[in-house]
Amino acid sequence: MHFADGVVPGDYLGYVRKKSLWILGGTVLLFLLLIVSISVGAVNIPPHEVFLSLANGVVDRISLLLNPGTTIDITSTDRIIWNIRLPQALAAIVAGVGLSVAGVAMQSILRNPLGSPFTLGISNAGAFGAAVSVILLGAGTMQSSVADAVTINNPYLTTMVAFFFCLLATAVILLISRIRGTSPEVMVLAGVALSSLFTAGTMFLQYFASDTQLAAVVFWTFGDVGRANWQELGIMALVTGAATLYFIANRWNYNAIDAGDETAKGLGVSVERVRDVGMVVAALVSAVIVSFLGVIGFVGLVCPHMVRRLIGDDQRYLIPGSCVAGGILLLASDTVARIIVAPYVLPVAVLTAFLGAPTFIYLLLRGYRR
Amino acid sequence: MILDVDGVAFTYRSSPVIQDITFDLRPHQILTILGPNGVGKTTLLKCMNAILRPKAGSVLIEGVDLLTADRMEIARKVGYVPQRCEAGRMTVFDAVLLGRRPHIGWDVSEKDIRIVEAAVRMLNLEDLALRYIDELSGGELQKVSIARALVQEPRVLLLDEPTSSLDLKNQLDILGIVRNVTTEHDVAAVMTMHDLNMALRYADRFILLKDGVIHAAGGPGVVTAEVIEAVYGVPVTVERYNGFRVVVPLESGSA
Repeated sequence: MHFADGVVPGDYLGYVRKKSLWILGGTVLLFLLLIVSISVGAVNIPPHEVFLSLANGVVDRISLLLNPGTTIDITSTDRIIWNIRLPQALAAIVAGVGLSVAGVAMQSILRNPLGSPFTLGISNAGAFGAAVSVILLGAGTMQSSVADAVTINNPYLTTMVAFFFCLLATAVILLISRIRGTSPEVMVLAGVALSSLFTAGTMFLQYFASDTQLAAVVFWTFGDVGRANWQELGIMALVTGAATLYFIANRWNYNAIDAGDETAKGLGVSVERVRDVGMVVAALVSAVIVSFLGVIGFVGLVCPHMVRRLIGDDQRYLIPGSCVAGGILLLASDTVARIIVAPYVLPVAVLTAFLGAPTFIYLLLRGYRR
Repeated sequence: MILDVDGVAFTYRSSPVIQDITFDLRPHQILTILGPNGVGKTTLLKCMNAILRPKAGSVLIEGVDLLTADRMEIARKVGYVPQRCEAGRMTVFDAVLLGRRPHIGWDVSEKDIRIVEAAVRMLNLEDLALRYIDELSGGELQKVSIARALVQEPRVLLLDEPTSSLDLKNQLDILGIVRNVTTEHDVAAVMTMHDLNMALRYADRFILLKDGVIHAAGGPGVVTAEVIEAVYGVPVTVERYNGFRVVVPLESGSA
């Protein structure tokens, strides 16, 4: 069959360009937000100084790489920016991108609008893992009633155990779907069941925990993007980046699955394999982020839906759009969490819901954008 | 021969659904699979693009065995229009563009866009090109689904009850499109149908299934009153009206 006489329709190109502009605009907004986020805090640093410090820092690090031995003068402002605020802001962006992209992929491959790392029990499995490490393995305790005094003595043990349980939850979901045949309903329902099971397990452990252990577990459960150091940030960024590339490479397959399993198979997509591998990748990203930062709900569920309402369901734009939206929501939440009741810092997970839920409900009420 | 089906059988949980199905098809031909509900029409159709794997037999398209070909290769040879397709928040143009999936490397080329534009025009969907498919009527959505299968540039088009949810005008439109495509583009089409009169009007080859096997097969001449009564269990007469053969049931169903 040949369609030799087709032309490229201008209005379609215009329509596509508009979607790209949304994503570009979001990226610019994210960058501006990054500057603002770094500039505000206990010590206010004017935005232009933040920008200069970031630019100089990058140049200095490159020159240090080229000629080792060069001396760099570092001001106290630089220290605040590079040691505290920048890693925290970048962790917020990376975690937002990772959770959001995992959510968008899960919603597509499970053909379910409620798909997210949280709904599928991965976050709760991580929380259970943290409870096990603190209560049974003695990895944490609390010194006083101020939140900052809570210490996880052995953060690596907590991270590893949380990560282990995240993967365990994923493995069980995949195993069940292997036995019953890969069907989205089975995966979703198995995830919901596991989620309840891990929540119950956490409550059971908490019931027998001492006050200090209990506080440490609760503290861990409040996700916090300030926990990550540069090295952990690197691991999260690497995993998130690789997963995002994988999802973008599969955008046509997800579009096809959105049109129905049979249509997708007719279009040459190995639906079962795409579904299984996609689940593993999405779960891995979620597991890495949850185990380093704690439970941060809402981002993975809601950011993709916000983007759907702005630029539609086409995965070519939905996936990058969700990444940007996830970064914006989590970075904005973290910034507000640090300044709203300063000098106290609210848990970022509270703010993602405070900021995200009204926005989301507004978008739900307004319906799709034309 | 463009399509060669030889001894195909399919078994669902150890009970046979269809058995010993053998037929072939040339370009420009439209084959209709007829038979009562649950006789295995859709199963047979799905065996022809390996959505279901036959337990026995072979399906060759232009000499290529579908059962050893990979999914992408099959999708470049066979276009499949399922009974239902999901309607998400996607424009008509993008939904049709999805049909280029088997040909797309990393991203769509200008050629892909041109092909989609031509198919959209061919199915008179230009005015709807930027509408979202979840806002379309059943007939319009069916046209999108067919356009999507066409831009796969297949050699064989499989359609599962393409007219089942359509009004009279849309039924005639859709089947007219299928006939144009097969005559003008060197393609063969296989469809399942319930409407015997529409089948007689548009198809030139027929397979009537009964109890999972071929009861009768051939040109329009095989669709006789006796065969229809044997397959559907309803006495009918086949008459000629204005040059069309029409099937008229002779009794009302038992309520």
